[in-house]
Amino acid sequence: MELSRRDFVKATAVSAAMAAAGGSLAAMAGCTTGGGGDSADLEGAVTYTSVCRYCGCGCGVLVTVKDGQLISVVGDPDNESNRGLNCVKGYYLANALTGEKRLTKPLIRDDKGTKGTDTGLREAEWEEALDLVASKLRETWKADKSRLAFWGSGQQPITEGYLTAKFWKAGLLSNNIDPNARMCMASAVVGFMNVFQTDEPAGCYEDLDNADVFITWGANMAEAHPMLYSRLTAHKLTDENVRHYDLTTLKTRTSASADKVLVFRPGSDLAIANAIANYLVSNDLYDHQFVEDHLQFKMGAENIGNAYEDTYDKSEQGQASGNVEPCTFEDYAARLSEYTFEYASELSGVSVEDLQELAQVFADPNLRVMSLWTMGVNQHNRGTWMNHCIHNLHLISGKYGKPGSTAFSLTGQPSACGTAREVGTFCHRLPADLVVNNDVHRRYTEAIWDLPEGYLDPISAPGFHTIKLFREMSKGNIDFLWSAHNNWAQSLPNLTRFLGEDGEHLGIFDTFIAVNEVYPTKTTKYADVVFPAAMWVEREGQFGNAERRTSVFEKALNPPGEAKWDVWILLQIAKRVLEGETIDGKDAFDHLFGFVYDKQADDFIGNDREVNRAIWEEYRIFSNPEMKPAAAKINTDNNMHMEAKQLAPYDEYLTHHGMTWPVREKDGQWMSTKWRFVNGKQEDGYDEVGIAQYGTAGLANDMSWYKTAGGRPSVVFRPYEPPAQEPDAEFPFWFCTGRLLEHWHTGTMTRNVAELNRALPEALLNMHPEDAAELGLVDGDMARVTSPHGTFEIKISLSGRTEPPRGLVFAPFFAEETLINLAVQDYYCPLSKETDYKKTCVRIAKA
Amino acid sequence: MSASVFGKVVAGVAGAAVAAQAASVALVDTSDILRPPGALDEADFLSRCIKCGRCIEACPYGALIADSSPTGPGTGAPTLSLRDQACRMCQDMPCIPACPTEALHPLDSREDIRMGTAVIKRELCIAVTGMRCEVCYRACPLIDRAITIDFHMRENDAIHSVFEPIVDPEVCTGCGLCVQRCVISTPEVAVEIVRDREKALAMIEEEQAKMVSSSPF
Repeated sequence: MELSRRDFVKATAVSAAMAAAGGSLAAMAGCTTGGGGDSADLEGAVTYTSVCRYCGCGCGVLVTVKDGQLISVVGDPDNESNRGLNCVKGYYLANALTGEKRLTKPLIRDDKGTKGTDTGLREAEWEEALDLVASKLRETWKADKSRLAFWGSGQQPITEGYLTAKFWKAGLLSNNIDPNARMCMASAVVGFMNVFQTDEPAGCYEDLDNADVFITWGANMAEAHPMLYSRLTAHKLTDENVRHYDLTTLKTRTSASADKVLVFRPGSDLAIANAIANYLVSNDLYDHQFVEDHLQFKMGAENIGNAYEDTYDKSEQGQASGNVEPCTFEDYAARLSEYTFEYASELSGVSVEDLQELAQVFADPNLRVMSLWTMGVNQHNRGTWMNHCIHNLHLISGKYGKPGSTAFSLTGQPSACGTAREVGTFCHRLPADLVVNNDVHRRYTEAIWDLPEGYLDPISAPGFHTIKLFREMSKGNIDFLWSAHNNWAQSLPNLTRFLGEDGEHLGIFDTFIAVNEVYPTKTTKYADVVFPAAMWVEREGQFGNAERRTSVFEKALNPPGEAKWDVWILLQIAKRVLEGETIDGKDAFDHLFGFVYDKQADDFIGNDREVNRAIWEEYRIFSNPEMKPAAAKINTDNNMHMEAKQLAPYDEYLTHHGMTWPVREKDGQWMSTKWRFVNGKQEDGYDEVGIAQYGTAGLANDMSWYKTAGGRPSVVFRPYEPPAQEPDAEFPFWFCTGRLLEHWHTGTMTRNVAELNRALPEALLNMHPEDAAELGLVDGDMARVTSPHGTFEIKISLSGRTEPPRGLVFAPFFAEETLINLAVQDYYCPLSKETDYKKTCVRIAKA
Repeated sequence: MSASVFGKVVAGVAGAAVAAQAASVALVDTSDILRPPGALDEADFLSRCIKCGRCIEACPYGALIADSSPTGPGTGAPTLSLRDQACRMCQDMPCIPACPTEALHPLDSREDIRMGTAVIKRELCIAVTGMRCEVCYRACPLIDRAITIDFHMRENDAIHSVFEPIVDPEVCTGCGLCVQRCVISTPEVAVEIVRDREKALAMIEEEQAKMVSSSPF
């Protein structure tokens, strides 16, 4: 009998796991390490299709369970995103489930005076905890809806995010729901929406196999996207002409293997991109056909200031910050003209020659260019502008549409795209790119949710975005906060304010806070109630990764102790809060959630698979309007093009080990789309069905931007404006923060994995050796870092894991004991409201 | 207990043990045991070390411990348990001036430390077998010099490369931070510090000759 590739991987999974887990998993499963017997050990083992719990790469993994214990996690060769590759975090995924500190009982805090300490939480029964949270939510809801909020995550699975949004938006009629993706991808989202009117990257991971030139802009891919960086470097190995330019404010592990590193002064990336655009336009080296067929030009508001004050959004400057006006190509060219290489060089510190070399990459019509960016661009006081600037370069040079030519926004979290963005768990959004302040969008949503016309009108104004929410909470203006899949008390900037450490903003101690968690965190120290949640494969869920790929992770084992699936927790609260409420004369809970939960029986209708499928099939109507006549009519009458992001029936994702949307049905088969808005055969991954339905064939690069207004993406001029703060005599250093490979975000999971905590046990501050010498610091010294916002202590490292230039320092944010965010500024991009974690000004002294 | 107090206690106990067992020590070979920065070969080291424990006391990380093996000429002399605490290569190397007998010879720079050479067990190393790990490389105090990355294609995989950590024995100080940080424990840590240079070079050569598959299937 011939063994298929998948069978072979499954058969070798257990032995791989034993080596992988250093014996601990094997011991759990009652196996011995080493020495044969693997096939016997597989007896009774079941392998499930899954996705890694951590980063935005979205690597498929195969999870093998035996006797109720997870005995192996290996890369899934049939998931097209990673084709079997994994990183060390994924290698130890199983151990993340079994840390000694797993939360298995609901916890209640009786004395608010213990908030912020290690004590004060007692074990409780579910009924008591649920009743308490529900009563606080209902009380707040009835009294003043503006004083309640949910803070979610790009780590929340798709169906869970969808139901949470439905409860908040339709059940509570509140827009006070926002995800941590606000701090991660919001600038990319607003960039995509402004330029294309659709929130998505047009390319896919396969572009990494086809580019001639890679440009990383503010992205340490080598650490933050381990699998994708392996793909990038592999492509360089297969073709010696492939080049990689790394644009960064400090040298990282990504710079170490780049062909050329352009270290620029923080914030000056705007000037660099504009100088390249100016070069292309003024030397007539842009793509005339692409411009003519596809583009329109606009001027954006300038001198938009910074969000220093809580009143910024409502100020004249804040209100006008997103304004754009149409202009001509000549207007755009004229406005660019001041951005000479000399000017950009002066602002950035990058040599004229290097800028010129980079510009020539875009000028060469034969080169396929792939830009990749993440938090350096998004967490930026002009994050949205910088996203525009990258799109501008690719658009005017026609670097779109051919595999390998694309502007690709890397996501940070496993379902930043899938849940936060596609489902729309934001204060201003509805599912599927719809927004609350659009009448048609609300009508469409009402049609799908069977709500009376106009029912959602009370939520036509956006709620609090993340920083607004926490600023309000710090002032005592939020009475109820519920968070899940995040650790805001460690990950938010300006924790000195938000945790009340300044002695002034003490709202956190009065807000009733409920937290779904799997381990004790900094956030649970402020919680009034902690709900122990099922983690990763302890229930079924779905993630949507950076390349529009939706993948299912199957339930493989039961949660420990009394830990419960987040959907169960949500519906238990919804059931209690909506008690006695009606929608259109019917019980409100049954109306919204009766399709998956039987209130009388107090149980789900069906198992995990059936519940997920049912939620998915409702969510899927948003992108398949013909499933519901009322929705189909609104879609047609208003030219909404909702099929543009078509999703497939649930089971297709299981069969295919993930698919990239839009997923199209052709000849009875469901097929992924890899390259958006590019004409070609659907079976080859091109957008054939979409273009046939809404687009135009035969335009430049055989592309058709059918989801974009008038079919024309917008090139918007965005100038250079300086960072919100710049170093001065009192605070002479830039402080940049970020993620390192071994730990996931705030370390709540990875620091409970012994192997990963051994691999990177402490957060260190990297700085230039000459700066250290001037401050009298040597490697290993403790230093105090102080900004206008707050202060913390950290150990200095001059080892060179990252190599900051003089005047800049770097530290990661995974370590609760170091809590670097005490000092980080909370100024945000005026358009996206995403904060700038990269440019706080600090002073440093020996501690 | 602070590191310095700990050092005094351990050194005292060990000193007593040495005195008691002095008669039986001559035949035991301790040349593989790691010694602090500045130590030369074992003969030179043992001829000078008086097991006073001052280097142990001087180490701010508690990396130096007294050799507690029951018999042998080195019992009570300073060594390291790398998996617990590697040498952190302090800029001022306080252990060396603490030594009253120059068993630890003065060094110009911390980069001149030669406690041994790291040897990566390629069959155990998950970076070599096709995973993105390279924890040792990123932990290395002499990153991109003592450990570099060799990029090569993963077997049976046209789109991913292997990031294989490679030790440069000319630069490696043998500090052992790679050993402390390595994520692999079973059957043993995937990197080891080998004190004897010739032996280390031979082992590296032997490891490089091994055919280790990075194939995903």
